[in-house]
Amino acid sequence: MKKLFIASLMASMLAAPALQAAEYEIDTQGAHAFIQFKISHLGYSWLYGRFNTFKGNFSYDAAKLADSKIQLEIDTKSIDSNHAERDKHLRSPDFLNVDKHSKATFVSTKIVPKAGADFDVVGNFTLNGVTKEIVINATKLGEGSDPWGGYRAGFAGTTSINLEDFAIKNILGPASATVHLDLSVEGIKKS
Amino acid sequence: MTSETKGYDRTSRVLHWSVAAIVIGLFASGFWMVDLSYYSSWYRTAPFWHKSVGVLLFLMMGYRVLWRLLNGTATPLASHSKAVQRVSHLTHLLLYVLIFLIICSGYLISTADGRPIEVFGLFDLPSAGELFAEQADRAGVVHKFAAYGLIALAVIHALAALKHHFFDKDETLKRMLNP
Repeated sequence: MKKLFIASLMASMLAAPALQAAEYEIDTQGAHAFIQFKISHLGYSWLYGRFNTFKGNFSYDAAKLADSKIQLEIDTKSIDSNHAERDKHLRSPDFLNVDKHSKATFVSTKIVPKAGADFDVVGNFTLNGVTKEIVINATKLGEGSDPWGGYRAGFAGTTSINLEDFAIKNILGPASATVHLDLSVEGIKKS
Repeated sequence: MTSETKGYDRTSRVLHWSVAAIVIGLFASGFWMVDLSYYSSWYRTAPFWHKSVGVLLFLMMGYRVLWRLLNGTATPLASHSKAVQRVSHLTHLLLYVLIFLIICSGYLISTADGRPIEVFGLFDLPSAGELFAEQADRAGVVHKFAAYGLIALAVIHALAALKHHFFDKDETLKRMLNP
């Protein structure tokens, strides 16, 4: 009986790493992760910007993609559209109201594998104090050992949000109702 | 008024009233332009004029301080108590400090990302770069509240001048208007 217990314990210990997806820390330290956005300017061109400060982690196992999870925490104050006066306006209550809502977060609730390397990440996105479910169209870019003794996995994703869904009044005109988000994240496997 | 009392020379008077007019104009334009809609035809031109006139004010104030240092200013009226003289002097000093504080903070907002300030389309005032973190936001807070403070103090300053003119019936206001 005791032997059987030990055997099963050993078996479960051996099996555990295979069942449990690996944990990754998003490499914001080395800036191999980006949260970019673009929004139409008057309907005539794209305005690009990004969030410079954020952190996050994900769990991922290529064999069990549906069990993967990701969460992100974005410092809204770090918005950067390469124009100090505009960024000041974007941080004001007219847009992100960063004094009141200093963080935007995304927490995945479901991963839906699609064809090839593509999958959907369904999750709750909180921005300006409003939480809404969004879907990120993601794709796996690659994974493997890095030259410095670590192990990395990288993904790209896109999604779109309507400003008014997050209680941000659209004062920029009808062509600018939607913000397109473009994410590129590389995670380093936690040892 | 005693014969030894020195009044304000012409340059000081012209500078005083010009600065007063410009400060009121800049405050009004600033108060109004921050709430302009994105599609207002003034959205880009109002800040352009506000900044240009702000730089002009800086030059005028620089000249004013220099003029005052070289030529001195009016001596206090003998009819004013020592306390009144001291409070007026402090008020004038604070008005100067606030004006320079507002000009500097305004400069720091617009130049926080390295962009210069275009002055009347004549020349570019270069940026000194980002001197501290969150420069545009922090300088913006200083710019706004120092401006409210300046206008409040200027109202007190004007009311005091009117009080001296109509109640005390002394020379205080007159000597800023006439030689």
